[in-house]
Amino acid sequence: MNRSNPLGAGLGLKAEHYDQALACDAEGLWYEVHPENYMVGGPRLAWLERMAERHALSLHGVALSLAADAEPDAGHLRRLRALIERVRPVLVSEHLAWSTWRGQYHPDLLPFPRSDEALKRISENILRTQEALGRSIALENPSHYLHLDGHDWDEIGFLTELARRTGCTLLLDVNNVHVSAHNLGFDAAGYLDRFPAQAISEVHLAGYSQDDQAALLIDSHDAAIAEPVWALYRHLIARIGPRPTLIERDGNLPAFSELLAERAIAQATLASAGALS
Amino acid sequence: MNLSLGQFQDAFVEALYQRPAPALASLTEQAAFAVYRNTVLCGCVEALRANFPSVETLVGTGWMHDATRAYAQQTPPDDARLIRYGAGFPAFVQALQASQDVPYLADVARLDWYWCEVFSAHQEPYLTLSDLAGMTATDLERGHLAPRSCVRWQWFDAHPAYSLWRVSREGLPWSADHPWVAEGALLSGDSDGVSHQPLQIGACAFLDACAAGQPLQVASQIAQQTQPDLDFSDLLGRLLQAKAFRPLTFA
Repeated sequence: MNRSNPLGAGLGLKAEHYDQALACDAEGLWYEVHPENYMVGGPRLAWLERMAERHALSLHGVALSLAADAEPDAGHLRRLRALIERVRPVLVSEHLAWSTWRGQYHPDLLPFPRSDEALKRISENILRTQEALGRSIALENPSHYLHLDGHDWDEIGFLTELARRTGCTLLLDVNNVHVSAHNLGFDAAGYLDRFPAQAISEVHLAGYSQDDQAALLIDSHDAAIAEPVWALYRHLIARIGPRPTLIERDGNLPAFSELLAERAIAQATLASAGALS
Repeated sequence: MNLSLGQFQDAFVEALYQRPAPALASLTEQAAFAVYRNTVLCGCVEALRANFPSVETLVGTGWMHDATRAYAQQTPPDDARLIRYGAGFPAFVQALQASQDVPYLADVARLDWYWCEVFSAHQEPYLTLSDLAGMTATDLERGHLAPRSCVRWQWFDAHPAYSLWRVSREGLPWSADHPWVAEGALLSGDSDGVSHQPLQIGACAFLDACAAGQPLQVASQIAQQTQPDLDFSDLLGRLLQAKAFRPLTFA
C-alpha cells in the first residue's frame, strides 16, 4: 500500500495500464488523473475508487478555467469537491489558463495577457475555488506558443503574487518551461533559477514534439522525456530539493514497464537530492 | 492591443473558430496561433470519435473526420466532461446521411450516444425480484415502475438498428442472412459497465409508459395492446435482471 508513503515520482494514470498500475508497489509511486474524466458515475468512478484505496492520487484539472474573466462554474466545483471527498487525493492542481468561456468549453489551455486586471480576477477565482473545495490547490505554469502583448507582469512574478494573495502553491512543469523557452526565446535554466522554491509543491515532466513548419516545440505528452528536460530537472532538484514529480504521458502510450523505467530515473534523482517528505 | 480580459477572451474564441477577430491580428498572423486552433479542434474531434465508435466503423475514418470537424466548428462542447459531448451529433448525422447510402447511420449514432449516457450515469437504487415478493396483485397494479437514469431504450421501426450497432461496435461481421426487420434496444449501466439487449416493440411501449408515469397496470395494458403476443412475465423478469427500475413507488 502506497497511500501513506512519502510521494516520490508518480505517473499519469491510463486505463490501458489499470491492472499493472493497481498492482505496482514501487517506492514513492503515486498516480495523477484529470478529474474531468471521473466527474461522472459508472465504471470510471468505480475504477478510480479502487485505485484510491491502494495508491496516493493527485487530481490535475484542465477545465476550471481560472484565467477566464468569469467565476469558476459552480457545478464543476461541486462535482470536483464530491470527487475529492470520494478519492481523497493528496494533491489537487489546475492550470494558469482558461478554457471555458460563455458556456462553451474549448479543450486547450489558452493564453491571456498577464495584466493587473487578470491578476485580480484569477486571485478571486483561486480563492473561490479553494473555499469551494475546502483545501488549497497548486497552479501550473502553462506552455507558450504565441508572442503576446499587454503583459503587466512576467510569469514568475505573476505566479508568485498569486501564491502570496491566495495561499495556493505552484506546480512547476519543467517541460512547459523548456517548450516555452524555445518558442518565445528565453533561458529555461534562468527561469527555473528564479522560480520561488518554497512555493513548489509538485513538479511535472513530459515529452514534447516538434512542429517543423512553425519551428515550434509542442507540449504534446506523446514521447519520452527529452534529455534537455531531464537536465533542467536535475538542475532544479539540485537547487530546491526533492518534490513530488509526475511523469505525464497521454499519446503514443508505451508499455507500463517503459513508463516505470522512465519514472525510476526521476525517483533516483529525487533520492539523490535528499529524503522525501 | 488594449483589451479587457473579457474582450480578449471574446476575440480569442472568435479567432479560434476562424471568425473575424481584428483586435487580435497581431496574434492570428503568427503561425503559432494554429497550435491553439488545432488543439481545440482535435480535442473535440477525438472526443466525438471516442463517443461514436460505431458510426466511424460504418462510414470510415475519412467521413468521420470531416463530419466531426464540421460538428465541432458548429457546436463546441458545453461541458468539460467530454463523454457528455455530442448530444446533437445523431441529428447532425441525420442531416448528413442523405448524401451517404447509410440510412440507418443516425440511429446507430443514437445508440452510441445512449451508451455514453448510460456509461457515465450515476447509479441509483434498483428494484429486484425479491422486492416484489409478498406484494399483492393490487399493490402491483397501483405501483409505478420508474426507469433508472442509467437505462435507455428505443424502438427503431425502419431497420435492425440494434444489430447494426452491435456488430459495428464489437467489430463483428454483418451476416447477409440477418433479417432486415425493425428492432428495439435496451441499454443499462452499472459500475461494471454497460449491458445491452434487443427489445420488442411492446417492451419499448411498456418502458415509455412507465417513464411517462403510468401505473404498472396501465403500462402493461399499453404494452399488450402494442404487441398482443408479448410475454409480459418474461419481459418483466428481463427488465428486472437488467436493473431497469428504481424501487417501486405507489400513487
